[in-house]
Amino acid sequence: MADAERTAWRRRSTVRVVPPARPRKLAKVPFLELADGRLQGVVSSGSDVDRVYVSSIASGTHAYHCSTNNNRPCGGLRGAPCKHLHALADEALLQYGADRVARYLRVDVGAGVDTARELLAALAGRHEPTPAAVVFSRFLRHLSYLELPASAVPLPELHWFPATGAGR
Amino acid sequence: MLGTQLTVLRDGTPTGLTDALDLVAGLDDALLRGLARVGEADAAALAALAGALTATPLGDRLAEAVAKVTAGSVAEEHLLALAGARCALLGAAHDALLGQLDTALGRARAPWAPGAVESPGAGSAARAGARAWLHEVAVTGWGGVDHELVAAAGAPVEAALAEPGLRRLAVLLDGLAAELRACVPVATMAQPPLRRWADLWARGVLLAQDAAAESVPTAVEEVSGRLLVLGVDVHEHDTAVQAQVHAILEPADGGPPRLVRCAVGAVKVETIVGPALWRLLDAHPVLLAALAERRSLTVTGLPLHGADLLWRDDRVRPGEPADPFATARVLLPTAVAAAPAPLERHPVGIAEPVLVEGYTVRDDDGTTTFDIGGQSIAVEVHRLPSCGPLTPALVAASSACLGLIRWDDGRWSLQPLAVRATVKRQPVEAHTGDWAGGVTDPKIAKAEAKAGDAVAVLRERAGRLLRR
Repeated sequence: MADAERTAWRRRSTVRVVPPARPRKLAKVPFLELADGRLQGVVSSGSDVDRVYVSSIASGTHAYHCSTNNNRPCGGLRGAPCKHLHALADEALLQYGADRVARYLRVDVGAGVDTARELLAALAGRHEPTPAAVVFSRFLRHLSYLELPASAVPLPELHWFPATGAGR
Repeated sequence: MLGTQLTVLRDGTPTGLTDALDLVAGLDDALLRGLARVGEADAAALAALAGALTATPLGDRLAEAVAKVTAGSVAEEHLLALAGARCALLGAAHDALLGQLDTALGRARAPWAPGAVESPGAGSAARAGARAWLHEVAVTGWGGVDHELVAAAGAPVEAALAEPGLRRLAVLLDGLAAELRACVPVATMAQPPLRRWADLWARGVLLAQDAAAESVPTAVEEVSGRLLVLGVDVHEHDTAVQAQVHAILEPADGGPPRLVRCAVGAVKVETIVGPALWRLLDAHPVLLAALAERRSLTVTGLPLHGADLLWRDDRVRPGEPADPFATARVLLPTAVAAAPAPLERHPVGIAEPVLVEGYTVRDDDGTTTFDIGGQSIAVEVHRLPSCGPLTPALVAASSACLGLIRWDDGRWSLQPLAVRATVKRQPVEAHTGDWAGGVTDPKIAKAEAKAGDAVAVLRERAGRLLRR
């Protein structure tokens, strides 16, 4: 971002601080986020519609983990990230863009990365189990937003949040 | 809108505006460093703020608050006084700027008519939780915000979302927390958006008071007549969307046309973007159809609060097709606007519909400007929503534009809501609400269909996983 634009941030009421998420298909990875110091998300099982996997990669240490939401370790983790972690990374690159993902994970990707394979190759982490419950409950909370009733009363505060992104 | 009207905007900067905004900036800077230990410069800025408001009803409370905060004891009531002072200054700035705009446009505006005294909200744990978080943020300062403090917003947001009367507070806190989450650690940011975050913080403090009104405003009157749409302004953050329709009401009783607006919204998740946003508003099919088909509406007994119609789909019937450009040309010059509620007055809310024609477009370095009769106005092409067909390229090719006049950081600008343009020698017309009933551009509709239905996928996941 240009310096002049940055300076203008100081006294402006409407700036888009968080770029809008870019559209992607949600069927395989319905939820992912950069939060709690991790890239973390939920990956739908390819074989069982009632099962989901919780996958995560830590910022900084790059420790990774994948398990079912009941903490059963993923069978695909054999000394290397499983297909669920690949799917998570691929979708994160789509949703947030490579820059934002690399910056959050604190990984040096030089000229940038396009695929999960390149991103995961640039990580130096090991497998370290982390509890799935926190991420899974954040996913459930995420879904619960869609269950809240719509409102027909004006929300004047949303004038601070103009919609953006046409023609991208 | 004419060049001469832009001249009035350029030359008529309200007296005292800069001084008022400088006082606000002093408080904003203090909130970067936090109120735990107020330094010399911040103490001077807070004293100046108190000094400027001495003669107002806030004077005594503010003086006491500034003295206590500077001495290192920060109670919630002191933060309320600071937020109130900021609200008063920016409310005055809003009034002066809107007055200037009304003068330029020759627009009549009815004063605020207070309705029945709004019942104070009951004391609620959600409000108390929000106040506690906003207190912690103010004491810590933006510069000290860490993952833990951002995560602590989760509980009050969740509690406020669960109470329909606190939707405004919930949506505001969720939007602010998402920005902080993306910016942590703020201390390493070259230029944190201080005005913006202080705006949101102060509004949050006011909405979190137990004495604050519920989100649902009390209707001042009920109106009937023909509603002619001018355009729709879309607002969006990761977890909320709102479509605010600007329209002219021709009252059934024959009074002068009135400039009104109505807003419908929903909470959402960040992966629902683009044309799918309209799907979230499908509780209001009559309104969406009127936008998509460019129809007028017949309204019967719809509650009105200031300029805000409180939308009830069951009190509205679709009417004849109506051209928004014709509505603007014929009715906008004589339509009577209404002043917003006092606590909602802030320059960010200035959004006055205008019709602009006979301009030349200047497009350099990603900034778009319209030149009208020797005067120029910046065009907010980055404010075009992803859920409609209006693009920066169409705006650049346009010859007529319906839009909203906005003000931010000392500058007036135009936010397009619709344009008439010539593309490949063919006349085209595009409105932000054109896709309210579904994407009408076959190429984009195909891409959308290929990407799959985000709303349906997430609802399926919710149905399967949520109630177990």
